[in-house]
Amino acid sequence: MNDQIIHLVSLLVKSVFVENILLAFFLGMCSFLACSKKVDTAVGLGMAVTFVLTISVPLNWAILNLLLKEGKLANFLGTQYATVNLEFLSFISFIAVIAALTQIVEMALDRFSPTLYAALGIFLPLIAVNCCILGAALFMQQRDYNFAESCVFGFGSGVGWALAIISLAAIRQKIRYSNVPKGLRGLGITFLLTGLMSMAFMCFAGIQL
Amino acid sequence: MAKKGNLSVLTDPLWDSNPVMFQVLGICSSLAVTTQLVPSLIMAAGVTFVVCLSNVTISLMRNYIPNKVRIIVQLSVVSALVIMIDQLLRAYLYEQSKDLSVFVGLIITNCIVMGRLEAFAMSNPPWPSFLDGLGNSLGYSGVLVVVATVREILGNGAILGFKVVPQAFYDAGYQNFGLMLLPPGAFIILGLLVWLQRAISNKVID
Repeated sequence: MNDQIIHLVSLLVKSVFVENILLAFFLGMCSFLACSKKVDTAVGLGMAVTFVLTISVPLNWAILNLLLKEGKLANFLGTQYATVNLEFLSFISFIAVIAALTQIVEMALDRFSPTLYAALGIFLPLIAVNCCILGAALFMQQRDYNFAESCVFGFGSGVGWALAIISLAAIRQKIRYSNVPKGLRGLGITFLLTGLMSMAFMCFAGIQL
Repeated sequence: MAKKGNLSVLTDPLWDSNPVMFQVLGICSSLAVTTQLVPSLIMAAGVTFVVCLSNVTISLMRNYIPNKVRIIVQLSVVSALVIMIDQLLRAYLYEQSKDLSVFVGLIITNCIVMGRLEAFAMSNPPWPSFLDGLGNSLGYSGVLVVVATVREILGNGAILGFKVVPQAFYDAGYQNFGLMLLPPGAFIILGLLVWLQRAISNKVID
């Protein structure tokens, strides 16, 4: 039991720092670059992504392991389906789950927590096509995580992504006062900054609990 | 957009409105797969296939898609195409599909695909949409090839797996630039490329 907890904590640290989903796997770059001009929006988007990732990775795990894997369909439809392997449908079911989930989360927030909805509202539809959400689900499938691991991994990736976008937004707010060469302004300097941040995060490499 | 001739629909995205460097679309995969040239070429082919065909399909269906559910319709068309690519790669190029790992699946959420569907295919007939898809995916492929070539030469001293840095250099104390193979190398090369493109085409946004 103790070993298991240590393993999960180690996975959490790994997904937040060592294998940061943005700085090591480049997932979610588009919204990372587009929404990092102000710290407030970055915080909102970071929270929304963490929220959706924490729910969607375990949900996709359930779909994958209870429905799509070989023989699982037999549990629902009878033994003649025992050899059916639907894993090739994983992409389309993941993306459908994510799109539906963001819609549901948006409606639920609107109904139950208007303040949070006002803070996250505009970002939620954007998240459906944010590649870090689908990417995390695909990593979960590829690395064969179990249920507890996929919960921790989803949450950790979200926190890691939020951390990266908030720090970049903070840097970009400051850089407005600096004299950047003309062609490098905007996108160019942001890439260089991200490169330096990614280098900084590489210092965490090799940390094992 | 609609008034432009078919030729400029095809050629504009190659440089002036390049999807990666100007429209800031499809960054994720252009960074992730470019440590070497071979996976980059496969990725470029996959994206070209998906962008062209999804543009044509959506453009054929554009008058029948209700506006409210268009995202989910687009996503299902795109995922069907990506599943085809993934199955083909697993059947014929298993090793490379292992290398590309999750990034084949991530073509679904590649912003170039969705961006072109929204911006072009939803309001244009099939033939221009096909050209627009082709132009944009070639622009994307160009960036991929350039970044991958630089990273492979600097990082491995090789190109397509063949050594290009002569042995004499290594004897004289030259070392491969390992940083280029790591994530920061990708960010820095792409940043410099953006700088180059902005400096030459002289159009500065923000």
